[in-house]
Amino acid sequence: MLRLPNLFRLLALTVLIAFLVQPQWFEPLLRPLVQENAPAIYNQGSLLQLTLLHLRTVAIATAGATVVALALAILVTRTSGAEFLPLSRSLVNIGQTFPPVAVLALAVPIFGFGEKPTLIALFLYGLLPIFENALTGLTTLPQSIMEAARGTGMTGRQRLLKIELPLAMPVILAGIRLSVVISLATATIGSTVAARTLGEVIIAGLQSNNLAFVVQGGLIVAVLAVLIHDALQAAERSLGSRMGR
Amino acid sequence: MQLRVDKLGVIIAALAAYGAFLAPFATFRANRIVAGEARSISEALPPVWAAIILLFVIAAAIVAVLKTPSSLRLAIAFSTLAALALGIGAAAGHLTPPENSYARVSPASGFWVLLFALGLLAADALTRLRPSPLVRVLFLCGVLGFIAAVLMSGTWDGLSLLKEYAGRADTFWAEAGKHVMLALGSLAAATIIGIPVGVLCHRVTRLRDGLLGVLNAIQTIPSIALFGILIAPLGWIAIHVPGAAAIGIRGIGAAPAFVALFLYSLLPVVANTVVGLAGVPREANDAARGIGMTDFQRLAGIEFPLAFPVILTGIRIVLVQNIGLATIAALIGGGGFGVFVFQGVGQTAMDLVLLGAVPTVVLAFTAAIVLDALIEMATPNRNQVQSA
Repeated sequence: MLRLPNLFRLLALTVLIAFLVQPQWFEPLLRPLVQENAPAIYNQGSLLQLTLLHLRTVAIATAGATVVALALAILVTRTSGAEFLPLSRSLVNIGQTFPPVAVLALAVPIFGFGEKPTLIALFLYGLLPIFENALTGLTTLPQSIMEAARGTGMTGRQRLLKIELPLAMPVILAGIRLSVVISLATATIGSTVAARTLGEVIIAGLQSNNLAFVVQGGLIVAVLAVLIHDALQAAERSLGSRMGR
Repeated sequence: MQLRVDKLGVIIAALAAYGAFLAPFATFRANRIVAGEARSISEALPPVWAAIILLFVIAAAIVAVLKTPSSLRLAIAFSTLAALALGIGAAAGHLTPPENSYARVSPASGFWVLLFALGLLAADALTRLRPSPLVRVLFLCGVLGFIAAVLMSGTWDGLSLLKEYAGRADTFWAEAGKHVMLALGSLAAATIIGIPVGVLCHRVTRLRDGLLGVLNAIQTIPSIALFGILIAPLGWIAIHVPGAAAIGIRGIGAAPAFVALFLYSLLPVVANTVVGLAGVPREANDAARGIGMTDFQRLAGIEFPLAFPVILTGIRIVLVQNIGLATIAALIGGGGFGVFVFQGVGQTAMDLVLLGAVPTVVLAFTAAIVLDALIEMATPNRNQVQSA
């Protein structure tokens, strides 16, 4: 179980938590990056609190995006919604050419500054990968299984809940993982519109020419993103193997 | 003849009705800072113009609701969009008092909703028509040509967005150049390095897993974090490596942005090269070996051409992604359209945000359509790539 990559992840997680709880332990390491009397550890807020706020924003947005995207994907893959299927695919493709920053910046005039535009941008942009993967998952089910399910007299609802969704689940989960990774990144930029996320540390560092702030903010976000990505991937794998795929 | 109703059309018609009759068409502000006053279509436009626009919108809504041929839907969608584009310019002329250079007119929510509804109609019709790659590119050229013609004709000059542009025309093109340089330059570097690395990974299995793992992790790191992390080592190089500063390597600015975009670009290029090469049918390789081709001949003459569409797909992903990410370079002083986006956010000037965001979206969109067409043209047989 404890192979080298996992050992490495465990180490990264330990250091990350230690840094968030007791940042001053790491002060000597960051000291060389700043001028004589500038602070080496972020001093305009608690790093731990910012991290939690960052994660909360991503969690709320992703939860909302998952529910809506999944509902939409189910809707357009039913016979009654088939008219929307071709358009849905094009819309996902078109939507993904919009840079997340543009979505974020354009949400500001409508929703003002702060958490709100960030949440909206994260939600809207997070919809796309989940919707795309759910469509792929629900439209590429093996024909034989679908016919067998129909043959045993299952209703549409039973087929959806017992056959289609479980079979499509690994692909859907991969979409959620993609969405989370994109959201973590976009939430970081959200601090340019005054949302309280870890991007604040990087931006403060850039504005006050404090390299230590930039580096610590960057590293926390980077380690957080890689660890969350790997954890979700591991969860997908264990779920996949439990379902015998 | 029996009339049948199109479900999507009902949604489009409802959106269009909301946009045309309930939401404001344009916003008027006495100067750049003050809050805007909403104006409906009939208030924002001279009567003739308002009538033309409403007629077009109503016709489009009727065509959308009924089951009509896709080509008709496409035609009405595009002509209504064209009418709207000209109409918003007319609104600017109509609302701005003569000799007043402070007043600002910008499109309001109704305009955007109409644009979205008609865009949906056009996108749906285009999807159903399944035009060939060449036709799609020609279509794109037509739309871009129309926008260019409207811009040149000065129809939009009264709009707030264009007034923002007029004030910074020089900077705009300089930042546009930087944006394209960042996105294309890092893509070029990643292609030149990524394809040989991909070939190497294809041959050496042990290298493949390790390297793809590392590249995957890099891809996961949020852009601004990676930009920030790179400032430290690049700053160190600039100070300690002779000649580095002379060729433009500095801690902040374009250098860390370029390096970060390059690193992000590597994964799709390398991974798709590996996937493409792995998908080359064994028989093709065996036949090539049988007629006595050397390793290199086989790579250049057989494997690479067969893997090309998949590699091109990687390049498409990178290009669209880079055009978007280059916006963030502005935060570390790297320039690009992001300069206007973040300035606009700082000044709560929506038009300035649009001045940065609209060209970025147009660029990304154009890149996606052109490369998708190229990929389709380069793919001789669809099944082959799917099995790859």
